[in-house]
Amino acid sequence: MSKRPEHKLLFDGADWDFNTLKATYDAIEDIAINEMHLDVYTNQIEVITSEQMLDAYSSIGMPLMYHHWSFGKRFVRDDVMYRKGYQGLAYEIVINSNPCISYVMEENTIGMQALVMAHAAFGHNHFFKNNYLFKQWTDADGILDYLQFAKRYIAKCEDRFGFDAVERILDAAHALMDHGVNRYSHPEKPNLAVELERERERAKYEDETYNDLWRTLPQAEEDSETQDEQIRRQRMEQRRAQFGLPEENLLYFLEKNAPGLQSWEREILRIVRNIGQYFYPQKQTKVMNEGCACYVHYHIMNRLYDKGLISEGAIMEFIDSHSKVVFQPEFDDQRYSGFNPYALGFAMMQDIHRICVAPTEEDRKWFPDIAGNNAPIPTLCDAWAHYRDESFILQFLSPKLMRDMKMFMINDHASAPHLEVGAIHDDNGYRNVRRALARMHDLSVREPDLQVVDVDLRGNRQLYIAHTQHDGIRLDKSEAELTLGYIGQLWGYGVTLQAIDNDSGEILHETHYTPSDLTSS
Amino acid sequence: MFHIIDRRKNPKGKSLGNRQRFMRRAKAQIKKAVEESIKTRGITDIDNGDQITIPGKTLREPGFHHAGRGGDRNYVLPGNKKFVPGDRIARPNGGDGGAGGSQASPDGDGEDQFQFVLTRDEFLDIFFEDLELPDLLKKSLKQTAAFRTARAGYSVEGSPANLNLVRTMRNSLARRIGLRRPKNSEIRELEEKIARLKEAENSLPEAKRQENNKALQALQAELDEAKRRSRAIAFIDPIDTRYNQFRQIPDPNTQAVMFCLMDVSGSMSEQMKELAKRFFMLLHMFLHRRYEHVEVVFIRHTSRASEVDEETFFYSRETGGTIVSTALEEMKRVLKDRYPTDQWNIYAAQASDGDNYSNDGAKCTALLAEDLLPKCQYYAYIEITDEREAEIFSTAEGETALWKAYAPLAQARNSRFALKRVTKAADIFPVFRELFAKNKSEARI
Repeated sequence: MSKRPEHKLLFDGADWDFNTLKATYDAIEDIAINEMHLDVYTNQIEVITSEQMLDAYSSIGMPLMYHHWSFGKRFVRDDVMYRKGYQGLAYEIVINSNPCISYVMEENTIGMQALVMAHAAFGHNHFFKNNYLFKQWTDADGILDYLQFAKRYIAKCEDRFGFDAVERILDAAHALMDHGVNRYSHPEKPNLAVELERERERAKYEDETYNDLWRTLPQAEEDSETQDEQIRRQRMEQRRAQFGLPEENLLYFLEKNAPGLQSWEREILRIVRNIGQYFYPQKQTKVMNEGCACYVHYHIMNRLYDKGLISEGAIMEFIDSHSKVVFQPEFDDQRYSGFNPYALGFAMMQDIHRICVAPTEEDRKWFPDIAGNNAPIPTLCDAWAHYRDESFILQFLSPKLMRDMKMFMINDHASAPHLEVGAIHDDNGYRNVRRALARMHDLSVREPDLQVVDVDLRGNRQLYIAHTQHDGIRLDKSEAELTLGYIGQLWGYGVTLQAIDNDSGEILHETHYTPSDLTSS
Repeated sequence: MFHIIDRRKNPKGKSLGNRQRFMRRAKAQIKKAVEESIKTRGITDIDNGDQITIPGKTLREPGFHHAGRGGDRNYVLPGNKKFVPGDRIARPNGGDGGAGGSQASPDGDGEDQFQFVLTRDEFLDIFFEDLELPDLLKKSLKQTAAFRTARAGYSVEGSPANLNLVRTMRNSLARRIGLRRPKNSEIRELEEKIARLKEAENSLPEAKRQENNKALQALQAELDEAKRRSRAIAFIDPIDTRYNQFRQIPDPNTQAVMFCLMDVSGSMSEQMKELAKRFFMLLHMFLHRRYEHVEVVFIRHTSRASEVDEETFFYSRETGGTIVSTALEEMKRVLKDRYPTDQWNIYAAQASDGDNYSNDGAKCTALLAEDLLPKCQYYAYIEITDEREAEIFSTAEGETALWKAYAPLAQARNSRFALKRVTKAADIFPVFRELFAKNKSEARI
């Protein structure tokens, strides 16, 4: 302890005022920017009460949100949980916006505020600004304005068309929110010069590879297809081209193509879709995002202590709350409910740090690129920028961490009467365990694969949606039926949900939805 | 570059709109749950909000999710203790092997029950939703006699007592500036200058005297002009004056008095009193929601009646015979002394086990019919009987003395009188509801 330089402490005790808060922020910023070289949006720290925190909670953490009963449901539930003491409130909420807004609660002690600022205002903030998914999908500058617009627009719709009409659309849109995102960037806008160049190259290629011999081959028997089938196929192609099918963004498809929707209803679908899209990167980077924030706060708090800026009491308080946050119960523990993203993320970041600074022989074998490079923070910054959970785990989960967390893999085949342990943390198992854990964090595996595949334009306007079933995993039946009802409501005509096996391509079963007002007429 | 912003003063309750929409959505379920909860709880704590549980089904937010089990899947768990590859584990019942429990039902949507706390107001609104005070409408239409004075802006005329000084002086000042009325201080200044010149005149040499005289004359002219203007332009002109204006605003009768009459003779057991108390409390709470101000008068009686405080009313013991009319006489007296009918809405509730001195029935009926009922908005009589007795007396022959006397009153058309029998706590609310049911009151109007 005597090694610590004698500085004036930033704070002493639990109480804080705005001056200490500012001084603490400055000290943290000094470490984050000048020592760790983090790249952050301008920070805006907002002090709020616990009630305001509850409010922010229920509207998916956004400072501005339109009104919907489901947020009210969340609110009354959190309210009960909080008041009865079953559940504490988060210490902070951080918003991916520019400036980056972090909410801190007034009840927090100053030690906690320091932790929260390091965690949110620098950890998350850096991640938001640098991760490729956020760069590609979210617009930090515009989100608050957009939410403001959305809130006003929906309130106006409620005034004009009534609560019930708006609620109906929002209910349906929320049910489809997870399937209202574009998973891949749209292709670049076509550019005439580029197109012409491509055309020229194709012609050139054909010229170069022309061989008169092909002409002499006998014609394939084209009439194996009947006339009817040909026409049907042609029409199908036409429709697919017309509607841009297959389309996996169900909300987008309905917004653009549902025949009976009013323009304000389309706009609401668009709003929900845009908000869903905004949260899409967050869903894919939970482990990394929290891991990054935890690593940053851990590093900063320890640096503050090393520099003699905070007292031993403060660092003890920090260690207490930090270890609660990154606690991972084991699978047979009552508290277990899956991997804790904070725990896994933080452990991985610390592990990468270790590999960079003090690698073992094993690490050198597994991570030749980074082992012993003695540049832990640049290595981590690079990882934070270019990976998402799935690829990050696949790339960086080390055998040592698998051993430390005693990971093992279960094979669960519905046909087998038993579960089987497929792999454990040993030489034979590392890669399997790692691959399985990465897949568990792959959103495209976690969420069902649904696409609009066809529309019956000549008949009864039936909409066909295909669920491609991987590994025999079905949809939750009752949920799917209800959701199908919502699609039907938006589409206005019948909807068919086809479960298609991924391997064989055969249709396993179909679920139909028929709007009630159509059956009667 | 950063900002710290204190948002603690921002308006709270941002979630209120969401909460209201949630309540709207779950209205039917909430109502049912509230009614359930009323049956089981004591009336003493009815005034608080309540935690209620409603089925989660209507509040489901469905979406396309994978089923919790089935198919082929692998998952990774932490905390291996003894497993080696190839070990077989029996399928756990329920859940999906412990993994991805949160995947199967994100955000707890799968839960069957949904628990939350209603605020006191939300609870009571639902509680009273179908209820309406009898004859409330009638009384409020009739009651236009009471007025209250309220400020109603300013007028240009009025009595001097209502003169608004600030407004008046403001107008006056503006007018004086506009018309360039010289200030008193300016006049005084001129006068002082003239005085100074006059004084200086004697000590001046001849040559300068001429000049001095000229200046003096100019000043004198200026002073005269200023004085003239000052006289011509009034300091306060009638067009400046503003008066506070008041208006008479009809004041709906918002006060009510509730009479609680109870038999405290030996035949009333503690249990019966407890039941009566619950009824009175419910009535009081109900009135309190309708009227700004509710007073309660407690009258207890044996063979004598007296007005007492609440504590004595419910808890002190007294023995003696039972003469109901004494209580009615007492109520009549209190009414006459303290609660003129044009200022008060009068409600009365009487609880008794039905015993009465045998010759008293006719007197009671007469008192009620002639003196009390015309003044009351409503008069409720509840008869509290033992559970065992109730079975015996369930037939018409088993009527008590008081019931027999009162029954005709209730049957008369337009009666403001209602009577009901109560045997246990669970009966209170249904009885109360019946007494004050909306359609019934409409029928009576």
